[in-house]
Amino acid sequence: MTFEPGVTQLVIICIYLALLLALGLFSNRLFSGSSKDYMLASHSIGPFLLLMSIFGTTMTAFALVGSTGESYVEGVGVYGLLASSSGIVHSLCFFVLGVKLWSFGRKYGYTTQIEFFRDRLESDKLGILLFPILVGLVIPYLLIGVMASGTVIMAVTKGAFPTFFTATGGGIPGWLGSLVVCGVVLIYVFFGGMRGTAWANTFQTIVFMILGVVTFFVIASQIGGAKGIWENLKIASESIPHDKLVRAGNHNMTYLKFATYMFVPLSVGMFPHLFQHWLTAKKASNFKLAVVAHPLFIMIVWAPCVLVGAWAAGNLVTIPPAVHDNPNAILPFLVKKFSNDVLGGFLTAGVLAAIMSSLDSQFLCVGTIFTNDIVVHYGGKGRFSDKQIVVIARVFIILIVAITYALSLLDNPRVFTLGIWCFSGFSALFPLVFACLYWKGLTKAGAYASVLTAIGMWCYYFYQSDFALNPDYSVLGMMPVAPMLLGSTLALIVVSLITPKPSEETLQKFFPAKDS
Amino acid sequence: MKYLIWSLVAALIILHQDFWNWDNANLIFGFLPVTLFYQICISLGAGLTWFLAVQFAWPAELEYIEQQLEEKEGED
Repeated sequence: MTFEPGVTQLVIICIYLALLLALGLFSNRLFSGSSKDYMLASHSIGPFLLLMSIFGTTMTAFALVGSTGESYVEGVGVYGLLASSSGIVHSLCFFVLGVKLWSFGRKYGYTTQIEFFRDRLESDKLGILLFPILVGLVIPYLLIGVMASGTVIMAVTKGAFPTFFTATGGGIPGWLGSLVVCGVVLIYVFFGGMRGTAWANTFQTIVFMILGVVTFFVIASQIGGAKGIWENLKIASESIPHDKLVRAGNHNMTYLKFATYMFVPLSVGMFPHLFQHWLTAKKASNFKLAVVAHPLFIMIVWAPCVLVGAWAAGNLVTIPPAVHDNPNAILPFLVKKFSNDVLGGFLTAGVLAAIMSSLDSQFLCVGTIFTNDIVVHYGGKGRFSDKQIVVIARVFIILIVAITYALSLLDNPRVFTLGIWCFSGFSALFPLVFACLYWKGLTKAGAYASVLTAIGMWCYYFYQSDFALNPDYSVLGMMPVAPMLLGSTLALIVVSLITPKPSEETLQKFFPAKDS
Repeated sequence: MKYLIWSLVAALIILHQDFWNWDNANLIFGFLPVTLFYQICISLGAGLTWFLAVQFAWPAELEYIEQQLEEKEGED
């Protein structure tokens, strides 16, 4: 039985999305109806779900298609630049920040970052300052996922509906693919809340990890044209051009850039959606598995993709000009060449899994921030019943999804280069959260100075980089995140040293004496 | 032990800056580029270091907080 090109992939994608919906709707059956259950799964998440939901949230489509494409362009050095550094720094953030924030969140009933900062710094207006910054930095991140999902679906379903969609060569148009993905994520987040999100993330993380490894073995066993996989591995790696094996001579991978890139993963310390995931943990010890396994999981996903991307740069495969000009198409192209439509469909499901496992947490988190930090905070805690708070959160989630989808229709390709700028913005705020937890001397004015310096420098560099249109932009040969981080740290320390300290009551609350 | 673990974390961060491999194009086991192999070892080292951290440097006060929370939930 033969199908039109793209139909097999479309059927597999539809089955995958239906499974996700079923999972989300099933998780709704366990929903207790309380806002705590909707936003934090009643702090019931165990070690395995916590690991999978945190890993799924931090890994986007870049982990599969982006890493392969980046390796094809820049060589195997991208693993050190992006993957191993994240393995060290992400776990450091979970260990140093996540566990401590979880303890305060459980003790004092926080749901969002802003609640914690308001309380710790005795400042209501700091929340007003942080709110647009945090939401503003998450929105482009959301857009990347929404637009990428439409692009992926359009590419793999090419030829499925030649009479309906002539403009896309018979592929599902990007706007329709994005709409369906947004709809599916919205439904399971709407009904399942944080529990549905955690379950869906776990399922999706398993899917994209397995598919990444399977794809590697399928390509590795055929790319060299030899009989055994071992022989093929050797032939393929010997074909990698010298400039893709080393970092020397690559102007995008200078010593300084490589070293300062390590500051980018600090962003996880300030991601509002990760803060919310941390608070779902049932016990502090549930973090242990996430802290240990996270670097290993990154390795399992990234290393095979990076190697495949470097092989594609060799002379064993002829890359068409259209694919060469769009490195994100390298992995789908190789899958099509070395396997069949079924694996192509499954790989697409894996890429969508990586995208959606980030989207769901971000949608839920932005909805929660609007509900908790604006409506409930300024409307008065006693004004809304618990049921009403859940309704408000759901309404906000629908609005956020609708706004994000509408923005994705503006067809702004520049948004794909915004990712690193979003991360850099969050990283520049890292000193604030670190000082809140570890420095008694931090003052309200110091926090303001740090946030304003971080965002001021971010805006200036962003403008200098021609609003992210210049991908090679650097500051004195460094990644822009390095001076931003230095500036916000200095502002925080200097201003805190010369301004009034927080009250004794607050210090006792967040820095209790060891014996108390 | 805590000092040893934080020293290991610092060592990992320093070892990650492998400028000594900048122009090394060798293949390990005949198929794995040195640059990639070295950084995979860094990932494995990170996993091991964090394993030691959660075993020997886990904040002791967390157990007390957990106990308090369990008691509070029991009362509720």
